Amino acid sequence: MFLDGLSPERRGTLRRMDHELTLRVVGAEHRLSVDSRTSLLDALRQRLGNTSPKKGCDHGQCGSCTVLVDGVRVLACLTLAVTRDGSEVVTADGLSAGPPGSGGDHPLHRAFVDEDAFQCGYCTPGQVCSAVGMLDEFARGRPSVVTGDLGAAPELDDAEIAERMSGNLCRCGAYPGIRAAVARVGREREGTR
Amino acid sequence: MRPFDYQAPADAGTAVAAVAARPDAAFLGGGTNLVDHLRLGVAEPGLLVDVTGLLPTGISDDGGGLRIGAGVANADLAADSRVRRHYPVLARALLSGASGQLRNMATTGGNPLQRTRCLYFQDVTTPCNKRSPGSGCAAIGGATRQHAILGASEHCIATHPSDMAVALSALDAQVEVLGPDGERTLAFGELHRLPGDAPERDTVLEHGELITAIVLPPLPVAARSDYRKVRDRASYAFALVSVAAALEVTECRITDSRVAFGGVAHTPWRARRAERVLRGATPSDEAFHAAAAAELADARPQDGVDGGNAFKIPLLTRTLAGTLRDLARQEA
Amino acid sequence: MSETLEHRAIGADLPRRDGDRKVRGTAVYADESPAQDPVYCRIVQAPLARGRITSVDPAPAEAEDGVLAVLTPATAERLADTSDAEYAILQDDEVHFRGQIVAAVIAETFEQARYAADLVDVRYDEQPGDTLLSADRPDLYRPEQVETGAAPDTSEGDVDAAVAAGPARIQQTYTTPMLHNNPMEPHATTALWEPASHGGAGSLTLWDSTQGVHTVRETVYTVLGLDREQVRVVCPYVGGGFGSKGIPHQNVVTAAMAARAVPGRPVRLALTRQQTFSLAGYRPPTIQQVALAAGDDGRLTAIANDVVEQTSRVKEFAEQTVLPARTMYAAPNRRTSTRLAALDVPIPSWMRAPGECPGMFAPEVAMDELAHELGIDPIELRERNEPDTHPESGLPFSSRNLLACLRRGAEQFGWPDRDPLPGVRSHGGWWWGTGVAASVYPTMRMPVSEAEISRVDGRYVARIGATDLGTGTWTALVQIAADALGVAVDEVDVLIGDTDHPMASVAGGSSGINTWGSTLVAAAQEFRKRFGDTPADGDSARAGVPANEAAERYAMSAFGAQFAEVAVHADTGEIRVPRLYGTFAVGRVVNPRMARSQLVGGMTMGLGMALYENSLFDPRTGHVVNHDLAEYHVPTQADVADLRADWIDEHDPHVNAMGTKGIGEIGIVGTAAAVANAAWHATGTRVRDLPVTLDTVL
Repeated sequence: MFLDGLSPERRGTLRRMDHELTLRVVGAEHRLSVDSRTSLLDALRQRLGNTSPKKGCDHGQCGSCTVLVDGVRVLACLTLAVTRDGSEVVTADGLSAGPPGSGGDHPLHRAFVDEDAFQCGYCTPGQVCSAVGMLDEFARGRPSVVTGDLGAAPELDDAEIAERMSGNLCRCGAYPGIRAAVARVGREREGTR
Repeated sequence: MRPFDYQAPADAGTAVAAVAARPDAAFLGGGTNLVDHLRLGVAEPGLLVDVTGLLPTGISDDGGGLRIGAGVANADLAADSRVRRHYPVLARALLSGASGQLRNMATTGGNPLQRTRCLYFQDVTTPCNKRSPGSGCAAIGGATRQHAILGASEHCIATHPSDMAVALSALDAQVEVLGPDGERTLAFGELHRLPGDAPERDTVLEHGELITAIVLPPLPVAARSDYRKVRDRASYAFALVSVAAALEVTECRITDSRVAFGGVAHTPWRARRAERVLRGATPSDEAFHAAAAAELADARPQDGVDGGNAFKIPLLTRTLAGTLRDLARQEA
Repeated sequence: MSETLEHRAIGADLPRRDGDRKVRGTAVYADESPAQDPVYCRIVQAPLARGRITSVDPAPAEAEDGVLAVLTPATAERLADTSDAEYAILQDDEVHFRGQIVAAVIAETFEQARYAADLVDVRYDEQPGDTLLSADRPDLYRPEQVETGAAPDTSEGDVDAAVAAGPARIQQTYTTPMLHNNPMEPHATTALWEPASHGGAGSLTLWDSTQGVHTVRETVYTVLGLDREQVRVVCPYVGGGFGSKGIPHQNVVTAAMAARAVPGRPVRLALTRQQTFSLAGYRPPTIQQVALAAGDDGRLTAIANDVVEQTSRVKEFAEQTVLPARTMYAAPNRRTSTRLAALDVPIPSWMRAPGECPGMFAPEVAMDELAHELGIDPIELRERNEPDTHPESGLPFSSRNLLACLRRGAEQFGWPDRDPLPGVRSHGGWWWGTGVAASVYPTMRMPVSEAEISRVDGRYVARIGATDLGTGTWTALVQIAADALGVAVDEVDVLIGDTDHPMASVAGGSSGINTWGSTLVAAAQEFRKRFGDTPADGDSARAGVPANEAAERYAMSAFGAQFAEVAVHADTGEIRVPRLYGTFAVGRVVNPRMARSQLVGGMTMGLGMALYENSLFDPRTGHVVNHDLAEYHVPTQADVADLRADWIDEHDPHVNAMGTKGIGEIGIVGTAAAVANAAWHATGTRVRDLPVTLDTVL
């Protein structure tokens, strides 16, 4: 490794620690070199120019940076970029009805606009990504803390949606609209299964 | 955030050796707590050894219990049908913690090792014996609403933030650890330590030791168990107090129980005194309150500029009673 | 000007014009504005409430790879105008509050700047900080005026005598805590200094997250000693502000100074969430001593609110908490007073409905207490004290539909069947209660704004340097301009968020649509007067905001009523709000879906104030210790259950050409009182200190 053979004194003074990695972001492959300290959020925003995920707190307390990594909703701010070599990252900008990056709207994009599920828009891309991940978790029968019977498949009601979306803060208070948008898309999806 | 090196070894043995070799090295799991600490300046490792790709991610049957790989994500563990059926207290505890995104990231091995959310510990501009041994404790006499009422010391009044750990404490789990000198197994109840005069040490793990699995024993009483978390807002918040409880009632007598508390001590707090009071008692609010009183006899609330935390004594008493009452009703 | 427009687009339920960009995340915010090879600035903050800097050693930071400059009190440029002490950044060695900027590091990468900032070695001579607000401090003083310019104190009749006479009286002390705006987007600026432009004098471009681009320009060019034309401020989108981006704070001026230290390089300076708690303003805590007296008929004979609140020693901010007690209800004996403690604390500033929000909490809870004491329904009590004219000025109201809101809201909420007794409804393991409170917010028009309307490629293009905080300005101004021009909305573009557009007032005080809309109507009239209905490409007309003469003859305010249902867990005291309904009278609504979102958003923030939000200030250290979103609890999705906002059909011919009153703030006014009153009704415990938390009702 980079540091092998260095004296302990020099280790503390080394300036940059570059690591090569590959990220597939919304279908496109990117080869980049990052500081070990670089978060996935900063790699996306500052290095790849994908500013769809937002920085609201930069340490896991607001959800604005939510993206889908290998299909799972995670917080990009608490993810070191270097740990995600080879991963597939999808941001709200890349979501569509077809495969990520195939263009066009995702049903949640339309539902958020129709239900006015945002005001300032800053938490919104994270809300949209979180909703995609959450509906997928729901479709796989995963429980939440408000699921009454842990042995049964949960119902997609307002309380379930609210609890599962509570990791995405919205200071504008667009929660009722967000809930309505997620419920609409969730119901449409249930209807087609 | 100071610069650090990063390694992603291929196996756990190499990872353990890499961390053991450098005093300033740390394991990186889901990162939900450590990356936060890097950013706050609370942790300043020189080397991060990524163990996310090498820890076991399976949940297997184990002599009537379950062996949970340390790499299993909290969300996956809570969704496991065996956990939901046989250890509902663990599923509920996991699901009451953090958020959907964080539960997808956080691991079985990492969750119990998360560090206190004490406001002062997380703020490097204030003294803290846990973060900087010998610097003092800014929490004492400060904002103490979230702090300990049990087992605190004059050096540290922090609480342990994990919900999962409270359930594991109640379930008599075992922890499997790989260290530079090989493997060892310890009872979950021995993992965490009270602050005493060395609050910088949260657990008994030595530098370089890595949790590889957590084992749940077969525990019939756990089939009727629950986790009750009390907080100001309805979600995405740490516990003011929490109760993990399991109850077995036979012919109107409590024949077995497990009780642990969260949000009140430096460790998940196994309430063995309460369990002793409950054994043989008739389920009733009187018995539940007596159990709480026995456990909280040594409770020492903190004053604070925010009004302090004396409220935790009645709150925990009533939360325990309510949780046990509901479990007793399930029994009937 | 009176309501004159024919409403075709106004009132239409149109989706936001910026909707697609926001749901995809392609709307551009300040920290992501286009920039070639940006560099990053990280500030260093003082960790003490009061003292002097004895030395700053930038060498360890400068030795780091990528570090371009370290600004310190010794190296930072001398500012031209520091008469506003908030902007006297790095000008001397004094530390006035914990969190004050004492250095700033500029480096090639974000990671380098962040690390190097930790290495700047600043030494201090610490002095004891004086940071604790209390009502019995001997040094409380009366400010010359409160923030609106109103008198700090008023007195009419003899309140004390009326209270002594009773027969019904309430004398209680209520407190509201320090609160932080916490928009989801932390304050951020991208700044570029181009020394060769502007004829060699240099020019500064700021992509700033602000509620007023022109406000920022006025401050920055003045402080830096530049010409106005040397500074351009751009802000198409703001990730929320709620008042905290209403005036530029220290970070904006620091970003400008940093840019001038590295000419030609765009500098990005985004505050961390923690840094916003000390640098971006806050609602100061208040201590309110309210006195009410009434006859057995429920008619108030006296109303008083004596307010003690804090400001910073370095800059005065006198929140206008006293105003609601002067304006809401009729009473012959009235008194208000404002006393400030000047402390070694961060500088307070605007937070959504400054004054009205904390200043309605105490009186509206006191009214609930009085209703209980008299055995009169709280709505009936308010009806009996409805004034015929504005209680302070004596002017008639242009429209006042408080009672209509109370009645309609009561019907929708199911209030008429309410049992007034507190602490008697228990089912399902919860105690249940309901509460009501009134809302009020003044209708304001700012004195300066200008708009230009042009014919471009067969379309109408309006330009005005206004802002969209998420309030919907991008869409609402199109609707107003379309009606003012008498054309369809799809023939109109409105451009905002840039000082290259004509001067517009700040988005604050719920004055945006009143001011900018009136300006656009004036510009449209001027345009039509000069070019008729068939203008040619290139035709263009400008107009400034018209004065509203009716404001001399009428008092103008929006009103509302909020109803809360509260459930308190019988074991744990956990407090939940299953229902929160608001009914408002806000004049004409320009766009129903956007109006509803604003009102619901205000009520949600009010719910946070009622139950969760509390900036825990440690007087020993002089800072807010829960300075993040894990511990400063704003409501989550799970905290908001059945929360609705609605409005009555109100036509006010006096407010402006559109008939609008402004809706950004009123949603948060009264919410906390309604929830606190419901919590009392559920439990029988009256909590007068916000927030109402489970330990207060156990």
